[in-house]
Amino acid sequence: MKLREIAHSRTGDKGNISNISLIVYNMDDYELVKEQITAIKVKEWFQNAVKGEVIRYEIPSLGALNFVMTNALGGGVTRSLSLDRHGKSLSSFLLEMDIQT
Amino acid sequence: MKKIRIGGGAGYSGDRIEPAVEIMKKGDIDYIIFECLAERTIALAQQQKLADPDKGFNDLLEYRMEKVLPICTEKKIKVITNMGAANPVSAARSVKDIAVRLGITGLKIAAVLGDDIYSVIDDYRDFKTLEYGNNLSELKGEFISANAYLGAEGIQEALQGGADIVITGRVTDPSLVIGPLLYEFGWSIDDYNMLGKGTLAGHLLECGAQLTGGYFAEPGYKDVPELWNVGFPIGEVYENGDITITKLAETGGKVTTGTVKEQILYEIHDPSNYMTPDVNADFSQITVKEIGHDRVLVTGATGREKSGYYKISIGYKDCYIVEAEISYGGPGALEKAKLAGDIVEKRIQHTDLSFQELKIDYIGVNSLFQTSASDLSEKGSGCNEVRLRVAGRTTLKEDGIMIGNEVEALYTNGPAGGGGVRINVNEIVSIASILIPVEDIETHVIFEEV
Repeated sequence: MKLREIAHSRTGDKGNISNISLIVYNMDDYELVKEQITAIKVKEWFQNAVKGEVIRYEIPSLGALNFVMTNALGGGVTRSLSLDRHGKSLSSFLLEMDIQT
Repeated sequence: MKKIRIGGGAGYSGDRIEPAVEIMKKGDIDYIIFECLAERTIALAQQQKLADPDKGFNDLLEYRMEKVLPICTEKKIKVITNMGAANPVSAARSVKDIAVRLGITGLKIAAVLGDDIYSVIDDYRDFKTLEYGNNLSELKGEFISANAYLGAEGIQEALQGGADIVITGRVTDPSLVIGPLLYEFGWSIDDYNMLGKGTLAGHLLECGAQLTGGYFAEPGYKDVPELWNVGFPIGEVYENGDITITKLAETGGKVTTGTVKEQILYEIHDPSNYMTPDVNADFSQITVKEIGHDRVLVTGATGREKSGYYKISIGYKDCYIVEAEISYGGPGALEKAKLAGDIVEKRIQHTDLSFQELKIDYIGVNSLFQTSASDLSEKGSGCNEVRLRVAGRTTLKEDGIMIGNEVEALYTNGPAGGGGVRINVNEIVSIASILIPVEDIETHVIFEEV
């Protein structure tokens, strides 16, 4: 199953750092997502774009994870050569990850 | 319990005005904030100010104020905005002129000053930049602006002085809301728990429709009603710091726990330590609850003592960026676009054009999500249209223009059927940041009255 079926996501940017939230629709799925969508897996998933580390923060009260990806926006919003300099569309790519239920 | 209603009137510098007017007319709000200052907007505004000392504030300030001021006086709504950009003083004067022209009297306009430290930036040459870790003096490129992200105190002072319209330069976005909360509720400036809650309210309201269904819809998964007519958010903030987010029933969009959660985490790094000049806010224990249709209660933010530093954004002339595109269609569209991309790369090499970085994308295949070469062929086979995009960062404008020319030259020198060339070359102002002690900056407020 794709992550998109059980969670939603939004991307934010600050300089060369992208953060992507991952929020489960149903709180019961939080543990599943927390267990499987690790920082290491996310770093691997974005390996072509993210040159720095990926840190994961957990916010159980919101049923959410927050992935902070450094050196992820081609040098930062002002000087990136990417078409999507802010990385707004990265959330859609995250939701394409597989999850086992 | 005392509460105030605050409207989010803009999500970015050029945002729509009608939804803001609508919540002012029908939303029973006490305040409206307009957050209109992206990271480098102020650097560009500083350049306008250099060319004309009366300019350098938000281009839409006058347009917005002409629509907003009559409602402010009729409904007793106060405006807090960072539309002053590089020139809050001239912005305040401009608002006064509009009030006079519209026959409005009894209006007090404040400009909050102190964020602009461009004249003393040389004192900080040895400070390390947060982006690169090197000394500020090692940055190549002419500095054109230096502004501190101020906190809420200047706004609070303006309101205490009787201001109806408060215009700032650079302040942190949540401070636009914390200022009114300090003033209305008498919260102490070192009551960090309350400031943490106020920061959350400001953080939620500063992005306009991103809280009410904008930047959210995903057909079939997250549908949003009448998104074309999305309404702007209204936050009811209670004296104890609880927040209810809502919107006007007659507008499009929606307020749900989903829209609110996405915005809570928007542009947040460590949720337990969101640092502003007002407070180190903690969003890690927040709970959200739907308490009615389009009504979500948000509670549980806290805060700790602030860092004692101001973040300074320095705008500097960095480089030029060229973007040039051409489209290929029909069977083999990707192969033709790839041939064109190879040609451009070889021509740049052959003609010895100098660049810092070059990027070749195939729009429709890999321009948003970077892929490996093998994935590219797999994803692109069967694409009926592919647009080659060549982007280059150069030190000299001339090199950027020449890279663009190589894409245009594909019309007559490239693969069959290439069309729709568009080229732009822009000077790029970038941002570097340093932290300086708060004691170095003095905020003050000036008033205009009609």
